[in-house]
Amino acid sequence: MGWYPIGDISDIPLRGARCVKTPQMNIAIFRTGENEVHAIENRCPHKGGPLSEGIVHGNAVTCPLHNWVISLETGKALGADEGEVRVIPVRNEGGRLSIALENVMMVAAE
Amino acid sequence: MTEKLVIIGNGMAPGRMLEHLFEQAPGRYAVTIFNAEPRVNYDRIMLSPVLSGEKSYEQIVIHGDGWYIDHGITLYKGHRIVAIDRGTKAVTSDHGVTESYDKLVIATGSVPFIIPVPGKDLPGVITYRDLDDVQAMLLAAQSREKAIVIGGGLLGLEAAAGLALRGMDVTVLHVNSSLMERQLDPAAGYLLQTELQRRGIKVICKANTKAIIGNGRVEGVELDNGTIIPATLVVMAVGIRPSAGLAKDAGLAVNRGIVVDAGMQTSDGDIYSIGECAEVGGMVYGLVAPLYEMARIAASHLAGDSKPAFVHSDTPTKLKVTGIDLYSLGDFADGDDRQEIVLRDATAGVYKRLVLKDNRIIGTVLYGETADGAWFNDLKKKAVDISEMRDTLIFGQAYQGGAPLDPMAAVAALPDDAEICGCNGVCKGKITSTITAKGLTSLDEVRAHTKASASCGTCTGLVEQLMSLTLGDAYNPKAVSPMCPCTELGHDDVRRLIKAKGLKTIPAVMQELEWKTSCGCAKCRPALNYYLVCDWPDEYADDYQSRYINERVHANIQKDGTYSVVPRMWGGVTNSQELRAIADVVDKFEIPMVKVTGGQRIDLLGIEKEDLPAVWADLGKAGFISGQAYAKGLRTVKTCVGSDWCRFGTQDSTGLGIRIEKFMWGSWTPAKLKLAVSGCPRNCAEATCKDIGVICVDSGFEIHFAGAAGLDIKGTEVLGLVKTEDEALEHIVALTQMYREQGRYLERIYKWAKRVGLDEIRRQIMTDTEKRQAYYERFVFSQTFAQVDPWSERVSGKDKHEFKPMATVGFNQAAE
Ligand SMILES: Cc1cc2nc3c(=O)[nH]c(=O)nc-3n(C[C@H](O)[C@H](O)[C@H](O)COP(=O)(O)OP(=O)(O)OC[C@H]3O[C@@H](n4cnc5c(N)ncnc54)[C@H](O)[C@@H]3O)c2cc1C
Ligand code: SF4
Ligand code: SF4
Ligand code: FES
Repeated sequence: MGWYPIGDISDIPLRGARCVKTPQMNIAIFRTGENEVHAIENRCPHKGGPLSEGIVHGNAVTCPLHNWVISLETGKALGADEGEVRVIPVRNEGGRLSIALENVMMVAAE
Repeated sequence: MTEKLVIIGNGMAPGRMLEHLFEQAPGRYAVTIFNAEPRVNYDRIMLSPVLSGEKSYEQIVIHGDGWYIDHGITLYKGHRIVAIDRGTKAVTSDHGVTESYDKLVIATGSVPFIIPVPGKDLPGVITYRDLDDVQAMLLAAQSREKAIVIGGGLLGLEAAAGLALRGMDVTVLHVNSSLMERQLDPAAGYLLQTELQRRGIKVICKANTKAIIGNGRVEGVELDNGTIIPATLVVMAVGIRPSAGLAKDAGLAVNRGIVVDAGMQTSDGDIYSIGECAEVGGMVYGLVAPLYEMARIAASHLAGDSKPAFVHSDTPTKLKVTGIDLYSLGDFADGDDRQEIVLRDATAGVYKRLVLKDNRIIGTVLYGETADGAWFNDLKKKAVDISEMRDTLIFGQAYQGGAPLDPMAAVAALPDDAEICGCNGVCKGKITSTITAKGLTSLDEVRAHTKASASCGTCTGLVEQLMSLTLGDAYNPKAVSPMCPCTELGHDDVRRLIKAKGLKTIPAVMQELEWKTSCGCAKCRPALNYYLVCDWPDEYADDYQSRYINERVHANIQKDGTYSVVPRMWGGVTNSQELRAIADVVDKFEIPMVKVTGGQRIDLLGIEKEDLPAVWADLGKAGFISGQAYAKGLRTVKTCVGSDWCRFGTQDSTGLGIRIEKFMWGSWTPAKLKLAVSGCPRNCAEATCKDIGVICVDSGFEIHFAGAAGLDIKGTEVLGLVKTEDEALEHIVALTQMYREQGRYLERIYKWAKRVGLDEIRRQIMTDTEKRQAYYERFVFSQTFAQVDPWSERVSGKDKHEFKPMATVGFNQAAE
């Protein structure tokens, strides 16, 4: 595992999300109304909708495609729906954000 | 032999440390203190009462000169240490005094952060950290002129309140959307803002300072939107940075602050650090409670007991502004494994929120009534299982133990002459007797017959309880279905109350209407945003994060996450130049699918989000604006070729369609709105299944509405016949405005019409000239704010972040 800096909390709108690209997947980074930061894989467990484009409320996001509600903390679908996305560890150091990725997932450095 | 203890900085932390040290190891050290401030140790947190005039400097001194003499301390006032030499174990001050140490304590506190904007060094720009700053502010306040405080956190607001009490005209600029966002949730932030504004302090949120302007002296602040606010005093209170430079220069481990272990020892065993400059367990602190804990631990270690270790604990935050009660503690973010208990009392201005996890309190926000803060803090600290008292917990400590009050029983116990509706002076007896006499069964009927709860609506709950008491099971309050699980109120009530109470922001609605969640859900937020846009077009600032993705990025999301883009083609008319421009865009961006839509325009599908601004830029150059094919708003006006070309045509249907579209584009409506104009009853533009349609006839224009051709199929109803194009436009616009003001979010016009009644709509639009004109004018007014092309705005850089990934990691990049 390694920590990769991705930017500052202020780069993400409050109650909004931004996307981080990695070789293996896109990651959605969320900032809740309470200034909490969460990262999950940017693929809805239902039909792959881009979760970063959903409406953020409380600690959850509603998928823009068919309104599944996904927990930002556990990555699990809430309510009657069943499914789960990967949660990626995020570190917030005074606003500077980094995410933890497994090194095997990275393209090897030259 | 006495050892030599040298302390750099004479703030609150080392003062407390010495008190402990002299108690535990009297006489062990000869103490020397260097303090950059030319004074003794005083209570920095009480600077705000000094600023406001509630206290004097003398009253906030902690250790007077006598205390230093009694303890044999040498205090160098006004000496700033400029170097630490760890080899010779000595420190040197800016006045050239060198002192050697056996043990050194660095307690340099923090320095205020200054935003690096032009003009930051102008005279008249002050920070808020020490007594000198307060004195500078008091001097400036004598002018009674305008002051600006940059920063709506604890310090900034205390400064603002103090300056206002000193007679200045104060404006607070806050970069976030809600005050004190680190301590308060938006609901409490809203209450705080309302209270400050009531006291005459102006608050501008989302205000980004671009420059401080002035010629030789501060004259004002310029925001990045170009607004200039005049001021003779600017207080910058945007945050603090641990003052760790000295330690860093000396080669000590420094991260955000000076890194210490749980015993307050730095990377050099003879050097300790405490206070705001110290970083322990990865955290730096800005409130005195943890600093005092650091002081206690450092004292023990210096006294020879190395057992005590620092452990993190949450400290409550309170704002020290007389008359504002606010309390925040711990973690109050939402989460699946957490529940919240929210109590809102809009009339009393009270908001309380407890966040629970595993039946234990983990966070608290209290506003307006904070007496129970200490009790909640205690329950949190002791991790008390609250399941037993859960139902009454939020009412506070005094409430526990007593019999819980059943609200129904309380209403039943009221005497007949008890006033229920304050606005209309209706008492309980009147309501219950009218219900029985007239056989009323719904809230609306009770409102109509008694006026109870028909004005401000705050007594609605009481009226409903009376209905239940009188009617028993015959009354089903759920007849009004709530907007969403965040509230008991239905859409109509919410819309009515937004107007009646003059609610102009989403947090205002949620507070005053007692929302059950802190920031709503994906159902209510877009609805509220629309209602506010519609009702306060000039005052309400659209809440971008409460819009669906399509309305946020002004394109239609497709199943694979790409977008489709539909430029406006007025009335479905285009030309070779426009088509060529579209063809060029298709080639340039390799757009995989081009399709003609049912609304007579061209859809470009499969565009990557990142390409959208560039696509729009090219389309914009050819004169296109957004077709708003994604909006709950005006979509298209389909036309036929009409009298210009068609042998049956009776009027210029194309021209009228274009005129209507140019007049109405950009307007938001409860649900999408599609129009059509046909040049004769053969109806080639299919106007009779549209939301609003026009059928041209020889004698004028027949206006239709409330059609549907989606999930439901329904022919239109006739609104009426008008003679001229001008009249047609006025009637269509007035009808649209009536729908905008009354429709429930996502309710298409045909459903609204069914609910309100066709006759009522015809009466207001066709017969009542005054009403029609008023609707028309309100629409025109709101269009002055709505008719901005969202594409060109974004081409010029608005919401830039939306179209770029935040970062790209892992492609040939090593971890930190
Ligand atoms: C207006 C205001 C209101 C506040 N309200 C609250 C509150 O309500 N509750 C709360 O818990 N906290 C509050 N705080 C924060 C609290 O005052 C601080 O956390 C606390 O004073 C920090 O103590 P300290 O000893 O670490 O540093 P300080 O008290 O900042 O002391 C550091 C001292 O070191 C001196 N110094 C710095 N560098 C050198 C050097 N190189 N050589 C010599 N001397 C140096 C500085 O001049 C300063 O006097 C408030 C602060 C302010 C400014
Ligand atoms: S609706 Fe009438 S005027 Fe228009 S194209 Fe058809 S036939 Fe011609
Ligand atoms: S008809 Fe159905 S499948 Fe076709 S575009 Fe509309 S919503 Fe999609
Ligand atoms: S893809 Fe997310 S809800 Fe269907």
